[in-house]
Amino acid sequence: MTAEEWQIVWFTAWVSALSTLLLLPLGLAAAWLLARRDWPGKSLVQTVVMMPLVMPPVATGLILLKLLGRRGPLGRFLHDTLDLNIIFTWRGVLIALGVMSFPLLVLSARIAFEQVHPRFEQIARTLGAGEARVFFTITLPLAWRGILGGMTLAFARALGEFGATIMVAGNIPGQTSTLSLSIFQHVQLGQDAQAYRLLGVSVALAFLAVWISECLLLRPRR
Amino acid sequence: MNLLLKNISLPLADFSIEVDVELQSQVTAIFGPSGAGKTSLLDLIAGLRRPDSAFIQLDNRVLTHTAEGTLVPPRLREMGYVPQDLALFPHLSVRQNLLYGRKSESRAGPLFSFGHITEVLEIQPLARRRVTDLSGGERQRVALARALLTSPRLLLLDEPLRSLDEALKAKIIPYLQRVRDEFKLPMLYVTHDRQEVLALCDEVLEMRRGRITKRTRATARDWPIINNEL
Repeated sequence: MTAEEWQIVWFTAWVSALSTLLLLPLGLAAAWLLARRDWPGKSLVQTVVMMPLVMPPVATGLILLKLLGRRGPLGRFLHDTLDLNIIFTWRGVLIALGVMSFPLLVLSARIAFEQVHPRFEQIARTLGAGEARVFFTITLPLAWRGILGGMTLAFARALGEFGATIMVAGNIPGQTSTLSLSIFQHVQLGQDAQAYRLLGVSVALAFLAVWISECLLLRPRR
Repeated sequence: MNLLLKNISLPLADFSIEVDVELQSQVTAIFGPSGAGKTSLLDLIAGLRRPDSAFIQLDNRVLTHTAEGTLVPPRLREMGYVPQDLALFPHLSVRQNLLYGRKSESRAGPLFSFGHITEVLEIQPLARRRVTDLSGGERQRVALARALLTSPRLLLLDEPLRSLDEALKAKIIPYLQRVRDEFKLPMLYVTHDRQEVLALCDEVLEMRRGRITKRTRATARDWPIINNEL
């Protein structure tokens, strides 16, 4: 493996991990609101949240490109007020990975919250707990396995993201080149050896992520 | 204690709960068959459900007043609730469960001390255990102690002995009697077991399909058996 290849591996791993972590607050909030509350527009929000899961990734990438490009509504604001560029930078990769893996996190977390029997939360309230305390001491601890599963899925999805990433960030060597993008490029250029090396690393990374989740963290109690 | 349950109206699946009573006994039984709405009534009193209309006042504190939009949240009602399924938190130890509702300053002082309650209910040796390791009777006593340790003004018990066999019931009833006599705590006791009513309660309200159909003192003479089955 060359230094450039290791850089690609490292970049893919950390930007996927960061994306998963940054999704947590919003993802858990969305999952909890969908699981525990009824409100006008709920079905619409639920549908929109799931869209990146069912739409073709390049289509989602195109939407992000239009939104976050310098002439797009969000992109213009970020460029003019915060001097921040998203397209063709690592931030673009981060956002693409986040958007694509968000539905997986929300779906898993929502199911996890729904499986916590509401009676536990009700009794906690009669014992004097406010909503925040109920969430952090009862709901979240009882749902953590499902949430962890959701985080694993989100991380794995981010590791393998291609379609949206190539639209929003391109495949700029040393800057936005991820494992998936590099493998694709090597195959296109007939560079089989490099492609297979990166393939091996992909498999190892994915295996590691699931193995840590399964064996160490989701180990059955007793 | 004085518990006003006025103009209570809550539609359920098959019928509506319509209750209008004033309760003053120390231990009042709510007696009726399954599905009569007893648990829903307790939930309303505890503030866990929102009624269509209700005026609920405990002593001189208004807890629910739908006409004025008042709905005091459960955590501020100072009521202990022992639910039918006990709802002991499975991820916490016995001790953590017991202390969950414990406030830093106890309104009632030494009367509801941790040591006293665990002694009355004989659960001191269980403190470090996980709730999943407990027997049926032990779980019952822990759930009861957990509610008591919040120093409540009113204790709500929803069929606390339901899933126990006769031998175990006979063992737990004395504990409930001790709680009643030592802590002088007002209680609302939901059950469909006549013996529990006679052993523990001062007054009995019969509830059927959401309505109170009868109200009398809970003695064998004042409350004779009319039908043999529920």
